[in-house]
Amino acid sequence: MSDAPPPVSLFAWRPLAGILYRQVVLYRRSLPRWMEIFYWPLLDLLVWGFLTLYLKKIPSFLPSAVVSLLGALLLWDMLYRAQQGISVMFLEEIWSRNLIHLLVAPVTPYHIVFGAILSSFGKVLLSSAVAATLAYFLFSFKIFSLGLDLIFFVGALLAMGWSLGIMTTAVILRFGQEAEVLAWGVIFLFQPFSAVFNPVGVLPPIAAAISRVVPASYVFEGMRSLLTGGTLPVRDLLMAYLLDGVYMAGAIFLYSRVIARARRRGFHLKLGS
Amino acid sequence: MPNVLVTETVTKCYLPGQPPAVKGVDLRLAQGEILSIVGPNGAGKSTLVQMMLGLLLPDSGTVRLFGHDVAKERRRIAHRINYASTDLSLPYSLTVRENLLTYALIYNMKNPKERVARLLSTLDLESFSDRKVGALSTGQVARMGIAKALVNDPEILFLDEPTATLDPEVSGQLRHLLGTMVRERGMALLYTSHNMREVERFSDRIVLMRAGEIAAEGTAADLMERYKTEDLEELFLLLAGRQEVGVE
Repeated sequence: MSDAPPPVSLFAWRPLAGILYRQVVLYRRSLPRWMEIFYWPLLDLLVWGFLTLYLKKIPSFLPSAVVSLLGALLLWDMLYRAQQGISVMFLEEIWSRNLIHLLVAPVTPYHIVFGAILSSFGKVLLSSAVAATLAYFLFSFKIFSLGLDLIFFVGALLAMGWSLGIMTTAVILRFGQEAEVLAWGVIFLFQPFSAVFNPVGVLPPIAAAISRVVPASYVFEGMRSLLTGGTLPVRDLLMAYLLDGVYMAGAIFLYSRVIARARRRGFHLKLGS
Repeated sequence: MPNVLVTETVTKCYLPGQPPAVKGVDLRLAQGEILSIVGPNGAGKSTLVQMMLGLLLPDSGTVRLFGHDVAKERRRIAHRINYASTDLSLPYSLTVRENLLTYALIYNMKNPKERVARLLSTLDLESFSDRKVGALSTGQVARMGIAKALVNDPEILFLDEPTATLDPEVSGQLRHLLGTMVRERGMALLYTSHNMREVERFSDRIVLMRAGEIAAEGTAADLMERYKTEDLEELFLLLAGRQEVGVE
């Protein structure tokens, strides 16, 4: 048919705006959702902040270790929220029995992921801005003392969080809602090897070896180095981004395989119905 | 009228060694035609519709929409079709209007707000348009689902049990609306239903499936005459039941 309307461009802005619009509306009027963005970071901040106040009073305690605790907490929260933002958005599509509508629509499964990434980026920005402000006023901790290097750290953590989010989503699409616990739990599998609150040097050899393939470990090591007056460990940061690239490639490969399998086997059609 | 949908010996088997869910189905749907697919549970209706929508790939055979192979060129046809099913819903925390606006954007409609306002009016959803989906009755959710399926003015509309949860009056209104769209805009409508009276009165053509195959096909009058039955319900019981009949 020659007068057929042209297909929706892969780069059309409206479909992406539609995916984001829904997220904005969901947050605009839902108090529990706002609490989810601010409640946990605030509680974590208070608990760890009070701990740092106590540790600062112990004469033998290293001040640098105290300072890095709050920085680690703020950065860890970004990683956690980046991963969760993607997985939970997919779960919400399943819970509301809406996923099939999206799969029938003129968007690709990659649009849906990209929409989730943008949405999670907004939530991370919002949540982190509030947490950083509170950390400053309550505990005089300035995360921005990391300067522009902070952007590189955050970028590496977000890339890792999004990769894990896409992998988790693939597993949920493959195994259905019984795998939904991963949306909340998978990031904690990486926490012991991410050197969040402690240097890699104190880890047992096996754990230290595993941490070498976890991008976040390089970021937290770098952050500690900077906060204690060191210089930006460029090599470590490059390593983090290299690993992020491997994680992201693996995540996209897994996701595309699961989608292809679902189109052959129809497993995802059972989701949400 | 040209055929907008053609399936050629489409077969789908979910698990090796199991009987196929759909077996060698040849089907066509013309522009401006209303085609009903009926059959007992497990007859293969949903699997067939999912292959037509590009959600599921056939093991063999092809599904062509507007001449394009759905398995390979879904992106070229996705904006020209739409789908509603009683098994699906839309996000509960959004209002009807917000959900429709979401999909007007996702379908890349120009002037999405105006489009939604027109749909709300046409489908008589204005009285609950600003209510959250979670607070709607089952029938209202079904009507919203149909509004979503019309958001892009589809050339082919797939409806899975569209009136199953609606009262007779609203069902009648909906059939009237869909019939008007088919007549005036040449929309093709493919729907599945268990309501034989509705199928008999509403469809141009009926396909009865059994065990993954087409057991009978034709207009309601043709089928009843061919199988010497009083109505479609009797025909359904005859063909869907265990007794062997001379299916041509």
